[in-house]
Parts: sequence; structure tokens; C-alpha cells
Amino acid sequence: MLEVRDLRVSFSSEQGLMRAIDGVSFTVGEGEILGLVGESGSGKTVSLLAVMGLINDPNAVIEGSIKFKGRELVGMPNAEMRKLRGREIAMIFQDPMTALTPVYTIGWQIAEQILQHQNISKSAARQKAIDLLAEVNIPNPADAIDRYPHQLSGGMRQRAVIAMALSCNPSLLVADEPTTALDVTVQAQILDLVRKLQRNHKSAVVFITHDMGVIAEIADRVMVMYGGRIVERGLRNELFLNPKHPYTKALLDSIPPLEGEKPKRLRAISGSPPSLLNRPTGCCFGPRCVFRFDACSAQPELGKLEHSAACFLEGAR
Amino acid sequence: MFLAIIQRLWQMLFVMFGISVLVFLIFFATPGADPASRIAGRGASAEILEAVRKSFGLDQPIYVQYFTMMKKIFITGDLTSFVNRGWKVVPAVLDTIPVTISLVMGAAILWVVFSMIIGTVAAATKDSWLDRSLMILGLIGISMPVFWLGEVMNLVTQSRFHDTWMFSWVPPLGYKNFTDGPKAWFLTLVIPWFTLAILYIGLYGRVLRANLIEAMQEDFVRTARAKGLSETRILLRHALRTSLISFVTLFGLDFGALVGGSALLTEVVFNLHGIGKLTYDALLNLDLPIIMTTVIFASFFVVMANALVDVLYIVLDPRVRKA
Repeated sequence: MLEVRDLRVSFSSEQGLMRAIDGVSFTVGEGEILGLVGESGSGKTVSLLAVMGLINDPNAVIEGSIKFKGRELVGMPNAEMRKLRGREIAMIFQDPMTALTPVYTIGWQIAEQILQHQNISKSAARQKAIDLLAEVNIPNPADAIDRYPHQLSGGMRQRAVIAMALSCNPSLLVADEPTTALDVTVQAQILDLVRKLQRNHKSAVVFITHDMGVIAEIADRVMVMYGGRIVERGLRNELFLNPKHPYTKALLDSIPPLEGEKPKRLRAISGSPPSLLNRPTGCCFGPRCVFRFDACSAQPELGKLEHSAACFLEGAR
Repeated sequence: MFLAIIQRLWQMLFVMFGISVLVFLIFFATPGADPASRIAGRGASAEILEAVRKSFGLDQPIYVQYFTMMKKIFITGDLTSFVNRGWKVVPAVLDTIPVTISLVMGAAILWVVFSMIIGTVAAATKDSWLDRSLMILGLIGISMPVFWLGEVMNLVTQSRFHDTWMFSWVPPLGYKNFTDGPKAWFLTLVIPWFTLAILYIGLYGRVLRANLIEAMQEDFVRTARAKGLSETRILLRHALRTSLISFVTLFGLDFGALVGGSALLTEVVFNLHGIGKLTYDALLNLDLPIIMTTVIFASFFVVMANALVDVLYIVLDPRVRKA
């Protein structure tokens, strides 16, 4: 349904060209949950903002191809794009505290989106908003609809944001770290909710996070991003049980084990992520990789297999 | 709601009391401030000073003098000027109120409407030539002193171009009562309104543009974009609506100060006998009863304007509403 091919996003800055995304290709099939993991600055959010057409920095250059249901999104006029946004592709943001306009009730804000895309009456839109709030398990939806964002807790606000995103039954839902700003018990509830709604609305979900635990919980397929590139992709179980890329391995090693002897110190990845201005030649994880060898001075490409990693190590492809 | 109004009135009384005591003390009780010697004039003999003290009631203890003056302002309303002794002060001040209110209200409407248009258009076309020229115009508006601008306006409309079709409608300077004919009232005030408003149009336009550009970076604007709303709707319904909160704060302060006498320069230039002009004249010859009365009046309006702003806050910002 969504087919991203060789996407490159760069920003020109005073220090030169910053490549935030450097040749990313992936597909999202109907009704699947794709998990996108990576550390801050690895390009997870930017690549999905490019899909949404929400990069409106005048210094940004977007190249490559993004096909959604057969239509090319790169270079699509904004008026066209707006008809897709909110109706076909919806997005949930990281921080529910700031994602809603503070001066309108949540019902007003949900109805606003419905009225933008559907030709129904105001009262019908309001009724639909109440139904949506009930669907995301907000208690007393008929009462909650007239509440302002500041009157709701973080978890409730995130539910309202999710209700809004689902209001037009989008075929693709992009969730950008929707649980990061919430505490752990609320996180679990939100994850359950996203899964339940994904089944009911049959939307595909791209779930961005830096939390391996969240990914293990929710994703069907996983992509690991590093330095603006995809370094490994595969089905969730395969990727977690048999990681091929040294970066993925290192990420999994940094999670404290539940059973067995507790290590004195958790293993961390030495060094820091590459600067976007000055990327290393060859494999961008090279400078931090313990398995580095001669071949790594060239750029490794992602293999063709369902589960493959961008690495020259034997068995990685 | 009722409680809030009572609270507000109480607060207003407290502010007015504090200001009146302070002003009274400045003019009547600071070292060297001897009203009697000012009234009696330079080199007056001790007998004359004594006579003046007795005649003006300045021989009484200071708190008695204060309460006498307050009684004469608020209860009997027969406070008379120190300079022109038969002249009743309270009616004189009340006469100036419609003049000042007419001037400031008209200017306020102009500056709110125009600055909103300018600020929004500039923010929507950020960094374009239109934005830049609007902001430069705004800066010019802020930089022009109002007395100079007023004199230039007078020069153009009353003298140099008065006989042309453009400004032949401009009546001579001075205020015409609204009740004597709205048209004359309106025509005499058009030029003063614009003169007073231009500074604020520039200032508010620039402030609003900056606020809007900041608001457009907010997360909720990104959400609004993700909802598929048009840029115009995002700008007007989401960014402008939230930016109005700080706009109103600024408005309350300026409006209160202007009604309280800060429109003085405009009033002098256009020969409008408003509260500012009255205070200014009283200050020139140290007519203490008038100064006291106008200051109390001004503080009343500043507090009233703030009360109005608080009401507007409640309308604009649900976060300050009480459940």
C-alpha cells in the first residue's frame, strides 16, 4: 500500500548539506504493524514526516519516490496532499500535552477533522466524535467531549489524539512515539488500544519508537534505522531472536536480562551517532562497530531477503 | 461570577485609595512641597502665607485635609480649583470624559482591526516582500512621535491641502459633542483617531506577527496540518486564536493608560479638551484639586480596563476559567 523507494531528505544549513535520510526504501502492507526503531536523530520521524508531506522547511530537499495506493506523494501539490492527510494517512504525535490546541474542546477538534473530510452535519460529526471517544475507552464520552485539553490527563489526551487520528478511518496510521511521554502503566494501555483499533479499523500502522520493549510488544515487522539508513529489517521474532546487524545486536544487548545472573553493568555502545554533516565513508556504524574489517569502508546495502541487514559480515545477508 | 465582580470592585477601591494617598502625599506632604507658598506666590510675607493656609484649609492636620478633599470629590462633589477659586473640579473632569473616551475608543478600534490584518498577513507571507514592507511600515509608524505626526496631519489637512477635494471635509480643530450630531463628531475625530492609532498599529502588528510565527511552530499546529486543514484555517483558527491571549494583555495596558490621560499629546495637538489636556494644564499651574481628581479618575480607568481584560481572558482562554 505504501511503497517508499530510495527516499533522501536533506537540509541545507550554514555548515553545509545535512543528510537526514540517506536512501531509505520500505513498504507497508495493508493492515500490518511496522515498527521503526532507532536512536534520536536516526531519521525515523523525518522519514515519516516526509510521507505525510509535513516537512515544510524551505531548506529541505526531498528526493526519491513515495507511492501511496499507487499515487506518487513526492512533489504532490499541497492541496492534493491535504485531502490525503487526516483522511487516508493520519498521525499521532509524541507529546499529547502539546499536540492539541489549548483553546478548543477535544470534541470540537475531532469534529473539525471529520468536517474537513466528510460532508456531514455538525451534529452528526459531534455524535461521531462521542462514538470515537467511547471507542478509545474514555469514560463518559458525552461529557468528555466538551472538555478542554488541559482538563484531561496525559493518557486521556493521547486517547483523544488517537480518536482524532482514527476519525476518518485512515488506511495508514503513523504513530510517532505515542507512548514515550506517558508513564509505564498508561503506555501498556495505549499499546493495547492501538492494537485493538488497528484490528477494528483495519489500518496499517507505522509505529516509531526508540524502545525495543514496545516494538517487541506491538510490531509484526521491524526496521532498525541508524544514521538515516535502514540497517536491518525483518519479521519481529526473527529479528529479535537472530539479529544480523551488529547495531541491532548491541541494542538488544543493552536491555537488562529478566532471567539469569544480572550483569554488573549493562553493555552500552561506545562512541556516539554519526554527525549528519560529516558522515563516515562506508558503513555509517563502522566507527562504533566491534566487528569492523576492511570491507566496511564501502557502503553495505540491504539484502533482498525478507530478513536482511546492511552489513558485510558473513551470515548477515 | 458575582463574587468575582465584588472582588474586582474591592480591588479597584483599594488601588484607587492607594493611588490617591500616594499622590496626595507627593503634592501635600513631601519635604519642600508647601502648597500655601505656591499659591501665595514668590516672596509672600508670613501674614499672607498664614492667611492662605487658613483660607485653603491647609492649616489642618494632613489626614483631615485628605479626608476633606475625598469628601469633596466623592460625596459633595463641590471641590473647587485652587487657581480659579469658583471653578468646580468634578464637573470639569466629568466633561472631559466623553472627549477622551471618544478619542481612545475610536483609535482602539482602528488599531485592533488594522494591526490584526497587518500582523496576520505578514505572518502568512513570512519573509516575502509584502511581509518586509509591512514590517518596515510598522517600524516607521512606531518611530513617528505622535505630536509631530499630529502637527503634520494638521498642516496637511487644515492648511496646505485643506482646499483640495481630499481634505475639504476636515472640520476645524476641536471637539463636537456626539449628541449635537454624530456626523460632525465623527468628522472631527477621524484625523485624531488615525494619528493616535498609527503607533499602536505598528507596534501591535509587529508583536502579533512574532506571536503568530512562534505559534506556527507549536506542536498543535503540526497536529492541525496532519488533520489535513488548510493553511488559512490553521493560521486563523489555531495560531491566531491562541496568539490573541497575549495581544489582549498588551491591549488592556495601553487602553487603560490612554483613557487615563496618556492621550495627552494627541489631545493638545488637536485641541481636544480631554482628561490628558486637563491634567496637563493643572500640572502647569499646580492646581492640586484637579490633579488629585484626574489621577483618581485615571486609576479608576486603568483598573476598569484590567477588569475588562480579565473578562476577555475568560472568553479567550479556557485554562483560566473556573469550573
